[in-house]
Amino acid sequence: MSQATESDVREDGVIESVSGPVVTAVDLDARMNDVVYVGHEGLMGEVIEIEGNITTIQVYEETSGVSPGQPVESTGAPLSVDLGPGVLDTIYDGVQRPLDVLEDKMDSAFLDRGVDSPGIDLEKSWEFTPELEEGDEVTRGEVIGIVPETESIDHKVMVPPDALEEGETAEIVSIESGNFTVEQPVAELDTGEEISMRQEWPVRKQRPAAEKYTPKKPLVSGQRILDGLFPIAKGGTAAIPGPFGSGKTVAQQSLAKFADADIVVYIGCGERGNEMTEVIDDFPELPDPQTGNPLMARTCLIANTSNMPVAARESCIYTGITIAEYYRDMGYDVALMADSTSRWAEAMREISSRLEEMPGEEGYPAYLAARLAEFYERAGYYQTINGKEGSVTAIGAVSPPGGDFSEPVTQNTLRIVKAFWALDSDLAERRHFPAINWNDSYSLYRDQLDEWFESNVDQEWSSQRQWAIDVLDEESELQEIVQLVGKDALPDDQQLTLEVARYLREAWLQQNALHGVDRYSPPEKTFRILQGIKTFNDEAFEALEAGVPVDEIQNIDATPQLNRIGTTPDDEADEFVSGIEEDITEQLRELY
Amino acid sequence: MKEYKTITEISGPLVFAEVDEPVGYDEIVEIETPDGETKRGQVLETSDGLVSIQVFEGTDGIDRNASVRFIGETLKMPVTEDLLGRVLDGSGRPIDDGPDIVPEERQDIVGEAINPFSREYPEEFIQTGVSAIDGMNTLVRGQKLPIFSSAGLPHNDLALQIARQATVPEEAEDEGDDDDSEFAVIFGAMGITQEEANEFMDDFERTGALERSVVFMNLADDPAVERTVTPRLALTTAEYLAFEKDYHVLVILTDMTNYCEALREIGAAREEVPGRRGYPGYMYTDLAQIYERAGRIKGEEGSITQIPILTMPSNDITHPIPDLTGYITEGQIIVDPDLNSQGVTPPVNVLPSLSRLMDDGIGEGLTREDHGDVSDQLYAAYAEGEDKRDLVNIVGREALSDLDNKYLDFADRFEDEFIEQGFKQNRDIDGTLDIGWDLLSMLPKDVLSRIDEDLIDEHYDEDAEAEEVTAD
Ligand SMILES: Nc1ncnc2c1ncn2[C@@H]1O[C@H](COP(=O)(O)OP(=O)(O)O)[C@@H](O)[C@H]1O
Ligand SMILES: [Mg+2]
Repeated sequence: MSQATESDVREDGVIESVSGPVVTAVDLDARMNDVVYVGHEGLMGEVIEIEGNITTIQVYEETSGVSPGQPVESTGAPLSVDLGPGVLDTIYDGVQRPLDVLEDKMDSAFLDRGVDSPGIDLEKSWEFTPELEEGDEVTRGEVIGIVPETESIDHKVMVPPDALEEGETAEIVSIESGNFTVEQPVAELDTGEEISMRQEWPVRKQRPAAEKYTPKKPLVSGQRILDGLFPIAKGGTAAIPGPFGSGKTVAQQSLAKFADADIVVYIGCGERGNEMTEVIDDFPELPDPQTGNPLMARTCLIANTSNMPVAARESCIYTGITIAEYYRDMGYDVALMADSTSRWAEAMREISSRLEEMPGEEGYPAYLAARLAEFYERAGYYQTINGKEGSVTAIGAVSPPGGDFSEPVTQNTLRIVKAFWALDSDLAERRHFPAINWNDSYSLYRDQLDEWFESNVDQEWSSQRQWAIDVLDEESELQEIVQLVGKDALPDDQQLTLEVARYLREAWLQQNALHGVDRYSPPEKTFRILQGIKTFNDEAFEALEAGVPVDEIQNIDATPQLNRIGTTPDDEADEFVSGIEEDITEQLRELY
Repeated sequence: MKEYKTITEISGPLVFAEVDEPVGYDEIVEIETPDGETKRGQVLETSDGLVSIQVFEGTDGIDRNASVRFIGETLKMPVTEDLLGRVLDGSGRPIDDGPDIVPEERQDIVGEAINPFSREYPEEFIQTGVSAIDGMNTLVRGQKLPIFSSAGLPHNDLALQIARQATVPEEAEDEGDDDDSEFAVIFGAMGITQEEANEFMDDFERTGALERSVVFMNLADDPAVERTVTPRLALTTAEYLAFEKDYHVLVILTDMTNYCEALREIGAAREEVPGRRGYPGYMYTDLAQIYERAGRIKGEEGSITQIPILTMPSNDITHPIPDLTGYITEGQIIVDPDLNSQGVTPPVNVLPSLSRLMDDGIGEGLTREDHGDVSDQLYAAYAEGEDKRDLVNIVGREALSDLDNKYLDFADRFEDEFIEQGFKQNRDIDGTLDIGWDLLSMLPKDVLSRIDEDLIDEHYDEDAEAEEVTAD
């Protein structure tokens, strides 16, 4: 997080009461959302309510042993993040303290209290190359130079949005190339403003943008069921609800690994410690399918696990989305994953109930819907204030109690997001992964993305998809009959439809995230597999028409090979499918 | 230390007292009743002039004349290696007539969170000798894998079987190094019956496990509020042994349902706005602070593996206790009443069971190259067979295809041969996987699409399918 300088700190309040993460103080001179330091240990907190002389604070660290009478200091500044080179390839807690630095400073594997750290390394120097010259005019947000931040990403150093008014211009009076720390000025404006590589931004405030567009480009996910049936746009919003064990985290991690975003912000909000450790271990090893560089080079991780203080769970979502907006402003496509937004909502509920606010549905505060909407609203495909195009795609996992989607967090999320990937425990139990239920899920982006897929993958993209949807629909109707009378009682053509649908499920919709090849399916392969199944469909129905019994059609040994396309390396897949198609055709035609 | 006689209100497990000096949140309180009994409690809320206290041992006997002392520190667990072999009550006091415990350190029972950056990802296979676990839901060192059961089912036998049989195979091989001395069991009982407690203690004593165990016993007739500290004492001890003394610690906590009931009771006494089905809204966070105290740490030898046991009220997995647990733990092992009444032991239903850490703990060099594929295929085939059971009830076996009938037979044999093994048999992983292949070989080769073709060539028993066919 961004740290207050000593001079801002005034010792001005006294603790009046302590109840878990909620502390009240009297005589504190602070504004709403100001950061304060609580007690003798200086625990970090944020002002969340002011009533008369009483200020209520949510504390981001454990409060055991803190007692009334201890001091509270206000920093006079709202909860903010440090933005600049060094944000990528880093893992933060919910208030942007780098976890590796904390380990160092605390000299322990356990998280101690009262230790603070800036969000980016203030000592490290970076190579700055100006993009503008002395005498050039700039407006707010304008890129003045470049810093190579990681192997994958050039960091754009921008005039902070709040350095100038909207529409105001200023002249660069000096700008230098060379190595600088993030706090040293690299340029100066004629307004007297010095620009360094570091900016601060209050997390609860959306960074300004010029305009929000309708998203037209897909965030290509490499997941067949998503790209194929329920695609998401760059700048879009999606929710992944599902009971525990249905695959929310694996889905989020797969997206973080393989989606064609420039930058990934991955927020582990109130979930497992080991899941973050897994990401920390895997991402530096795995190549980004776009650049071949380690995935970590495009990633910023935020980990506020379930056993870390609950107030920081409330803030981690804001920390994440603010970082995402910052890279969006550089013209990047950012994908943000929040696992899980339900834990965030619960953190709000926990704080709210300590404040004895009037509870809404299931004890959640009445402002739950508003907060969810505000969060997803910060996603979008934007024209930035410096005239670039950049996007933030927001994908939130939802963890409904008992897997029941009628609960408030799922319902309020449904009203906002445009893609809904509903996970299903039945599918998960039979190890059909990803366990995304194709009947319950939807994407409102589908039509607006067809053009992209048709011109970049195949003209037949949408017609072939429609065919697949029709077969799957028919299957679910037929399944109801089968449950009553058995499959053999169906007419041959319907039995054959079931067979085709089975291949759609097994060879196309299923995708093993744990398999080195299958985990990522480029859209060309996604399309090609479907084509292979369609070939089987067409040939099989011709054979049926020619009088071949359905049993014989089902028994040819080429068809099961369709299930092995997913695990066939991408560069061999096309040929492999062609081989299967030929075999199927030959074997079926032999039958009549 | 200041002493007050200022109790203003007593309500359920809570006591309210006026104070004229500040008292810290979470601090320990001693309350002495007029007849000389001392009870301990903890500060739940503190404000200028008034504190609310949760009393561990129940509030009976406390009245306005009771005296209240604030110790000035939070609850600590005295820890030492000498705790091994000892039996303590739910508040950590010895109840085994052994010598006084001389602590080496006193540690705060509210453990600090492990920095996710400092964790080491668990991936060391623990062979429990139970096929349903090793083959299908593999346990690894540092995992938290609960058993979800119901009243009257043999979950304790399963837990004991795991505690008895658990080994890390490589270690078994290079015998001679004294690795087994580094294994310890911490047993935290919350609200279990005397009978259940005896079952555990007898087994520990019979197998000699007690020597390397620390037992914390809060029984059904012990105070409910005490249950909220028992698992924390147990885990504080576990952390000391694991991360300061290099032990591989297995922590068994039973029954988490009783723990959660105690939380609910305190919440109700505090007149909090209840969450789902009356349980506190913060129960997820509270449980996470227990379950997340499992794992491995970079650079540390020891580990904490947790097997919490809970009984699902009305066998309902959507009940808040199993639900919140499942959202935190790294999988779950489901003990199933139907399998139990069929006589399958252990009655583990693998379909809703899960080990989230399985993938990294298995495979070539860890268990066996074919492990992942075999397990996937067994899942798929068993699920298919289960579906067919529903159908066969309606249309009869004759209406089903040959293949469907094979799936039906597969599901039966899977339960009778793979899952069934009793509580005494210890199967190694090869044994488990070989049974898996026996069963898979009943099915035609080309439906085994989850398995790599080379592995099929290596392990598939060509004769088995033929046998089945002729047998029909
Ligand atoms: N696409 C997938 N491929 C293979 N296995 C998966 C996939 N998705 C989920 N799984 C399995 O399901 C388990 C639970 O998934 P996870 O994402 O952790 O669930 P959730 O976050 O919903 O609780 C994983 O440990 C893994 O074994
Ligand atoms: Mg998850």
